[in-house]
Amino acid sequence: MIDSWRHPRRLLLLAVGSLTVFFLVAPTLVIVPMSFTATESLTFPPEGFSVRWYSKMITDPQWTGGFANSALVALLTMVFSTVLGTLAALGIVRGRFPGRNSVYALILSPLIVPVIIIAIGMFSLYVRWKVTGSPVGLVLAHTALAVPFVIVNVGTSLRTMDRNLELAAMNLGANLSRTFLRITFPIILPGVVAGALFAFLTSWDEVVVSIFLTTTRFRTLPVEMWEQVRQAVDPTVAAVSTTLLVVTTTLLLLAFVVRRQAPLR
Amino acid sequence: MTDRPALVLRGLVKRFGDATAVAGVDLEVRKGEFLTLLGPSGSGKTTTLRMIAGFTSQTSGSIEIDGRDMSRVPPHERDVGMVFQNYALFPHMTAAQNVAFPLQMRRLGRNDIKRKVADALALVKLQYFGDRYPRQLSGGQQQRIALARAVVFEPRLLLMDEPLGALDKKLRETLQLEILRISRQLGATVVYVTHDQEEALVMSDRIAIMNQGTIEQLGDGADLYERPVSLFVADFIGESNILRGRFERTADGGWLVRAEWRWRVSARQADRHGLAHESAAALVVRPERLRIVGVETELDSHWNSVEAAVTEVLYLGSSRKVELALPDDRPAVVRQSIGEHDGDVRAGQRVRLSWRVDDAVLVADPSG
Repeated sequence: MIDSWRHPRRLLLLAVGSLTVFFLVAPTLVIVPMSFTATESLTFPPEGFSVRWYSKMITDPQWTGGFANSALVALLTMVFSTVLGTLAALGIVRGRFPGRNSVYALILSPLIVPVIIIAIGMFSLYVRWKVTGSPVGLVLAHTALAVPFVIVNVGTSLRTMDRNLELAAMNLGANLSRTFLRITFPIILPGVVAGALFAFLTSWDEVVVSIFLTTTRFRTLPVEMWEQVRQAVDPTVAAVSTTLLVVTTTLLLLAFVVRRQAPLR
Repeated sequence: MTDRPALVLRGLVKRFGDATAVAGVDLEVRKGEFLTLLGPSGSGKTTTLRMIAGFTSQTSGSIEIDGRDMSRVPPHERDVGMVFQNYALFPHMTAAQNVAFPLQMRRLGRNDIKRKVADALALVKLQYFGDRYPRQLSGGQQQRIALARAVVFEPRLLLMDEPLGALDKKLRETLQLEILRISRQLGATVVYVTHDQEEALVMSDRIAIMNQGTIEQLGDGADLYERPVSLFVADFIGESNILRGRFERTADGGWLVRAEWRWRVSARQADRHGLAHESAAALVVRPERLRIVGVETELDSHWNSVEAAVTEVLYLGSSRKVELALPDDRPAVVRQSIGEHDGDVRAGQRVRLSWRVDDAVLVADPSG
């Protein structure tokens, strides 16, 4: 039997697959036990068990401040990029105007251009505009990075939506704005929510651009972690990482669940 | 009450870039009439419907609904109901909410909406299904809801774009009668699009046969079947036997000539389209108008005939279908009622096909 797990080819596939998963996941998961170490330094394997680094994380103003800053920037980024991205997706998918594809490519470019280049470019401009070291600059930058995710998600919803539903609504007496509010928006909502979650995560995770645009007065969590690891190896970083891992995974799972419900049929 | 037509199309043209989808349609639809646009795909019938609904604007020509020019009127102000082939029910609303939608857009009061929705659901016999979502309904039920939604606001015109195209044959036949009953009960003016000729014949007061963006012929079923004006119509509606040849005009009608065969053309047929002498033409004979006679049978001048070989005899219950090959190998078909056929025929037999001169229709042959 070819599909038996004892077949050599199956065994090879299993081995390669397991190895791949191991190398992908191990570095992430290794953080979790390290965060419960009782020792003063970041070591693997951890020695003893303690939650002291978690309590430090939630009491040390450097970390709590980072959490607050990150949350603020990520929430604002989510709101702006969801509104802008949804409108842009409507224009790109439904609109008929010259240069539509070029506009689309331009808006999606942050997905392709190396982040370090974007970071350097933004830094040079934002210094001139005096918006570095403040939430304003970061939200602007993160919105630019997050908008493509919203457009891709909302655009997919719009393309899979039956165009006749909008025509039917108009035929039944709804003008353009009522057609959008009563018909289009509820139907593409799963795509909008998924896009919003991706936008939140884009900002929440972002390090490269943030390093350029933050100062000691205003730091987001990932930047704080980067700074901490470079200076002293305090296990609090592991505790923060584990917390982030849980938040990120939860949001991603949520995004997938929402996305799968997308086409209401 | 005036007798103003419900819908008037004048010189309606739609071009997409270089392609012409609708090439000049003129049509008047009377109040309360059930008119069908019938034609093959790509004949422009759906594009015409979409222009009437306002989903796409005409390149030229005009659309009048109840005497009002619609050229600058957006779709949501045209007050026409539309039923789509794929139902287009709003998936996030229940059946009742779907039906209520056009009434809400017209800002009717809550009680009026409730009453009208209940009436409309009862009209399509789905009064107990109002709380279901579209995905919880069968295809036929969904289309009934779509119909209720399209008529609940008493539109001036009801448009239907192949509404039964996605349903199986049995359901289609039930719903045909259902749609007829409802549209008559409401006195609705209906413009119906289909490519199914049987459906068109069953449902319509008049049928407009569309071909290549124009109306080829407009008339009731009998007009189209008995008196097709073109080879296209003859071929599209029902089965037909087509004999091609050259038309020779004489003082009292003429002849259609092909190789050694000459078929008489009645004066009425010859004058109908004023075909020119020596032009390419075709005689159209319906299968039930053909008689099978022996090769040696003598026929008088009221009859035409052609030799043929029987290829197949099919028993169809109420009738018998005989398939034959003409001398030039073109197929011919004869339909005989059981009990009144002229003796037994078997495959391989050589026979003579005959028909009354008056039973054939002469049309131009554009391919000749």
